[in-house]
Amino acid sequence: MFDTSSKLRVGLAALSVAAGASLFPLSAQAEGTVNIYTYRQPDLIKPLLDAFTEETGIDTEVLFLDQGLEDRIAAEGENSPADVILTVDIGRLVNAKEKGVTQPVVDNQTINENIPAQYRDPEGHWIGLTTRGRVIYASKDRVEQDTITYEELADPKWKGKICMRSGQHNYNIALFASMIANLGEEQAEEWMKGLKENLARKPGGNDRGQAQAIYAGECDLGLGNTYYVGLMMNNDEEPEQKEWADAIKVLFPNSEDRGTHVNISGMALAKHAPNKENALELMEFLSSAEAQAIYAEENYEYPVLPSAEVSETVQSFGEIKPDTLPLADIAAQRKAASEMVDRVGLDDGPAS
Amino acid sequence: MSSFTLKAPLSQPTASAGKTRRQRHPAALAITALVAAAVLLPILAVIVMAFSGTGADWPHLARYVLPQSVTTTFVLLALVAFGSSVLGVGCAWLVVAYEFPLRRTFAWALVLPLAVPPYLAAYAFGEFFHYVGPVQTGIRTLFGFTRPGDYWFPDIRTTAGAAIVMTSVTFPYVYLTARVVFVMQGRNIADVARTLGAAPARVFWRVLLPVARPAIVAGVALVLMETVNDFGAVQYLGVRTLTLAIYSTWLNRGSLEGAAQIAVVMLFLVFILLTAEQMARRKQRFHSARGTQMKARPPRIALSGWRACGAFAVALVPILAGFGIPLAVFGRYALNRLDQFAEPALAEALVTSIGTALATAVLAIAVALLLLYAARLVRTRRMVFLVRFATIGYAMPGTILALGLLISLARFDNFIDGLAREYMGLSTGLLLTGSAAAVVLACAIRFLALAEGAVQAGLEKLPPNLDEAARSLGRSAPASAATILLPLLKPAIFTAGILVFVDTVKELSATILLRPFGFNTLATYVYENASRGAVEEGAMAALFIIATAIVPVILLSGPLMRDRDL
Repeated sequence: MFDTSSKLRVGLAALSVAAGASLFPLSAQAEGTVNIYTYRQPDLIKPLLDAFTEETGIDTEVLFLDQGLEDRIAAEGENSPADVILTVDIGRLVNAKEKGVTQPVVDNQTINENIPAQYRDPEGHWIGLTTRGRVIYASKDRVEQDTITYEELADPKWKGKICMRSGQHNYNIALFASMIANLGEEQAEEWMKGLKENLARKPGGNDRGQAQAIYAGECDLGLGNTYYVGLMMNNDEEPEQKEWADAIKVLFPNSEDRGTHVNISGMALAKHAPNKENALELMEFLSSAEAQAIYAEENYEYPVLPSAEVSETVQSFGEIKPDTLPLADIAAQRKAASEMVDRVGLDDGPAS
Repeated sequence: MSSFTLKAPLSQPTASAGKTRRQRHPAALAITALVAAAVLLPILAVIVMAFSGTGADWPHLARYVLPQSVTTTFVLLALVAFGSSVLGVGCAWLVVAYEFPLRRTFAWALVLPLAVPPYLAAYAFGEFFHYVGPVQTGIRTLFGFTRPGDYWFPDIRTTAGAAIVMTSVTFPYVYLTARVVFVMQGRNIADVARTLGAAPARVFWRVLLPVARPAIVAGVALVLMETVNDFGAVQYLGVRTLTLAIYSTWLNRGSLEGAAQIAVVMLFLVFILLTAEQMARRKQRFHSARGTQMKARPPRIALSGWRACGAFAVALVPILAGFGIPLAVFGRYALNRLDQFAEPALAEALVTSIGTALATAVLAIAVALLLLYAARLVRTRRMVFLVRFATIGYAMPGTILALGLLISLARFDNFIDGLAREYMGLSTGLLLTGSAAAVVLACAIRFLALAEGAVQAGLEKLPPNLDEAARSLGRSAPASAATILLPLLKPAIFTAGILVFVDTVKELSATILLRPFGFNTLATYVYENASRGAVEEGAMAALFIIATAIVPVILLSGPLMRDRDL
């Protein structure tokens, strides 16, 4: 059909050979490696892994995978190359444990000393590495108060003023689960109905988008994680995000009572880890002062190591008082929270 | 089967003729059955998954989720079906029948939106029409508004908004299929109608549209399957379709079985829709017996003045929407990150994407040819059903389909490994799931519908007596297929290859679930950034995706510009 098709075909063939060669990278099971299945974005953990390799000489292989990470390890079974799982959100860690793809790490002294017990699975199946607060972004111009509670988000005075991402997103599910755990299911549902009526628009976008919406004047309050504010404030490539961050102030809800809901990012040792020793070394390293400082400085997260410093940017938001509700209790209410979001029709937005 | 072919009798084989043939090709049929089984594997795995569940999710789903999400899904599908057929057919008719400025450029540029993945289009539309985006900022500057409440602006985060986004990037499927018919078959009949005194509008509605209907439907079917399986765009736009319900059931409520059950119900609905359509048009099939006469260039009606401007605008708007907006949004981000252009990681991702897409295209075409040829050879209803069923995977959310494949492949891998350990004392590890083979397989199965559709369209245009004539002269079935059908199908195979290539370059969900270590495509690169709320970091890769998809799209358009068959 093409007059030039023979040339084209030669070109395509050459290209396909070149590309085909890249399709089958060498499998990563050589000694001196640790294989990481991560829910966390590779760029975010790269500085940490580079530091780890420099210190221990152990190479890292990273596979980014979000939905289905646990299912993949389960399907791979005994032959799974995964050594460790890195993830955000307590729900994912608990799910990995429940799927039986993790193994306990109980008597590791370094880990137990570095990570407070509340951020470790009682049976040792996962550890938390950083925490983040689910806070309220409030318009500097239009919101006068400097304290707030989650409960207040259902107060009719905020009618048409609140923005959030989908209620079925991990971060919101964990927050709602904490509301159920703290208030009981019935009261939490009343609260969620009130929140729904106060929404300015149908939930959507990501956390940064809520700050953008406040900047644009579409709403006065938004739900978001702490570290996004740090990332926006220091975003030199998209300076307009600095303006978004500048339009908001961070309010830590319930600072005067039970504290702000926090979620964790964490890791687990895979059940059939082929490089178990290296995996343990990585776990120890990520809980160390060096790694915890990198987490704090580069990602604007709260380190779990009590002696590690919070970044200056994050300190500028003010002090966080984390809700002490055990993470396992939050994870236990996730299903109820997800069903409640459907029942209330939160993602439909306000009834107009 | 009423046929426009005068030499029709051979095209109506009796059941007994089918049977004698079947007995003659046991090997071919066995291979076909094996391939069909492989293709069906992930779907069957999902069905098994669904039946292993307890159904405990259903009271909740039935009461709070399904009424709303089924409605939303159907409204979305209806809007997209309407939008894409009006846009696709309208633009195709415009560039075929009329002459206006830049018509030849439009003829190929109308395919460009196909290069944009829906999830990127959704993001681009969201930014573009946002309060701080260029459109609303422009309106405010123009009219002196200062606050959101000062004026009304439609919200893109609605079912209608999602329909606009999906239509913008998928209508070229309809455009492509409709255009071929208008250029090729339609013109002859249209000429006849016109010599008999019918007005152009009447010719279009009464003659061309009915003739083009099977092709239009084939295009719309692809559009709808892509809409049904979409997760990224509807999630970003906050439109709660069935696919979203699948994900929240699976990920937030920890019920993979429940998710599989919704997926199976959804598949069933799509299957019924497709089958019903096929039944409805079973009696209409149009063969062209004399392909050679159609290469004469049909005369076009020259438009001038405001009519020409109107035609120009009608053809320009869909290109601006489906291609211009994403290009503008990601282009602006990429300008701030020109250093990424030379990043080795991006170049590697580009090579991997191209390699995967080429391998997938070859595999998908081979499978489609095999299945369709078997169907042509055997002609039993069961075989036709099987082929149709094998391609239905396209309507399933990519992650769920990939999960089905993962579970079956991993079982196979572990079985082989177990055997190897037992009898040879060595471990084979994960043969398929540990390599890129799984990704290629998943994409080929996922996009088989595209390959099957394009090849089938080509096959339908060939009178069935062609290869039968060759066989009656003593050639074996495979030989007549190779020497007669295959050369004639070359254009259709080319189209099929390009469609699969383009969709594989855009593919995300199966790739991300099944890829081995170090296997990064452009799409996974974009997603890794988007998943941490920094889509702009993936802008350069997004442009690479669009650029990679454009090359074959333009190749595809080469014949379009020359007004020849695809």
